Amino acid sequence: MSILFDGLSLGAIYALIALGYTMVYGIAKMLNFAHGDIIMVGAYSVFVVMQRAKSPTDAFLNVACGLLLSLFICTLFGVVMEKLAYKPLRGVTPIAVLITAIGVSYLLQSLAQIFFGAKPHSVSLPTLGTVTVAGAKVSLSSIVTLVVGAVIMALLTWFVSKTTTGRAMQAVSEDRGAAQMMGINVNKIISVTFAIGSALAAFAGLFYLLQIPTAEPTLGSMPGIKAFTAAVIGGIGSIPGAMIGGVLLGVIEKICLSIPVIAPYTTAVEFSLLIIILLVRPIGILGKKRREKV
Amino acid sequence: MALLTVENLQVNYGVIRALKGISFEVNEGEIVSLIGANGAGKTTTMQSIMGLIPIAGGTVTYEGNVINKVPAHKLVAMGISQVPEGRRIFQELTVYENLVLGAYTEKDKKEIKNRIDDVCTRFPRLGERLKQVGGTLSGGEQQMLAMGRALMNRPKLLMMDEPSMGLAPILVEQIFDIIKELHKGGATILLVEQNAQMALSCSDRAYVLETGEISLTGTGAELAASPEVKKAYLGG
Repeated sequence: MSILFDGLSLGAIYALIALGYTMVYGIAKMLNFAHGDIIMVGAYSVFVVMQRAKSPTDAFLNVACGLLLSLFICTLFGVVMEKLAYKPLRGVTPIAVLITAIGVSYLLQSLAQIFFGAKPHSVSLPTLGTVTVAGAKVSLSSIVTLVVGAVIMALLTWFVSKTTTGRAMQAVSEDRGAAQMMGINVNKIISVTFAIGSALAAFAGLFYLLQIPTAEPTLGSMPGIKAFTAAVIGGIGSIPGAMIGGVLLGVIEKICLSIPVIAPYTTAVEFSLLIIILLVRPIGILGKKRREKV
Repeated sequence: MALLTVENLQVNYGVIRALKGISFEVNEGEIVSLIGANGAGKTTTMQSIMGLIPIAGGTVTYEGNVINKVPAHKLVAMGISQVPEGRRIFQELTVYENLVLGAYTEKDKKEIKNRIDDVCTRFPRLGERLKQVGGTLSGGEQQMLAMGRALMNRPKLLMMDEPSMGLAPILVEQIFDIIKELHKGGATILLVEQNAQMALSCSDRAYVLETGEISLTGTGAELAASPEVKKAYLGG
């Protein structure tokens, strides 16, 4: 039971990150490999606030401030990164954009090293303890992650399907040229997408710290790669796909970790799943093939 | 003064000169056709006016303003709408969502609703299928949706790129009936067509485009009667 909850909450973290990958892929048609490092940026933002705030009485206020700063910084980084690094590359070969994204990833990691040093900093987040659900002890942080993650994903789904901007995002994702002919400013929509993806990464960063309260420059790499895997498993470009892929991967990871024989091979199991999905259903669980009607 | 004036328009794709300096104009309330074979530069003309591909030379003037460098989304707000070649409706969105996107630059919800009602009156088939996903429509219905979507912008200038492409003859007639109706209602239309006969039958004026240059011009009737056009496009 507690494994399930832990798995679901880890899955929610992966899903939040995977959404950033999948939305940017869907709309800007690029893989933003620097996305994982935005989580790291968010984690350091929380770290800075928690370090400055020395009054443990207001722990939750501190966390809230940390989250706000993290949201602001991550969104800013996401939008600026897109404007400076990716926008000048519109229309060039995808491989150039991909290499650039990897470069941006290293840039962010190096910046973190310059400002905070290479050694890990422990982030003193309040411990939430555990509660008993259906006879099993479940950590409260898992439940918070799961609930907040679910609410964010519900909001995102509503936003994309019901608001004007959300519909414009769907339109740009399907046919950029036709979207322009509707009067949609594609550059603006891409900026909005990066902003949303980065804000989700800020949440993921905080939740990640709740699990492992250590900030280090390469903190974003592994969850970034796992979430990217989740996005591909779910079907890259598909928002519900990213959610399903993320949750699936999180649960599998926690189940594997709970079985002593398999535990050391957890990562191998996860990436094997990716390989199997790519062999059996290359477009992912919910990926779509475009039909064309002539 | 013409609503749209194109002067010496040039477009290059790399070293290939797709448009070698074409000039034409569209006056308010007119249907003007550009006809020509595959690869003559018809779609290129449309796309470059719309700001979707860069213009290498010449000027495009709309309502007295040079719009060479104005991006597509601003042109839409200025009242230019395009029904693109191959329809390009949003296949994963419903008919209703497609129509709403057509009025993207209009913020007034009530006005958008009025426009949807208008489009549904003009295209009852769309009205019956508002909740249906675009990709499940037939080719003719998709063309109607593409037209309805463009009309949602209440355009001052409607540019239509090959509206008859890939449609059965009976549907082609329907589409042209609608174009004629729009014309009666005072719409200004720039029409690009391979189906020269249909295009000329409803056009006030037309231009024949041949490998990036305008080779002939005249009223729709004149061109339909011209021996060159007959020989090249109307099957003798």
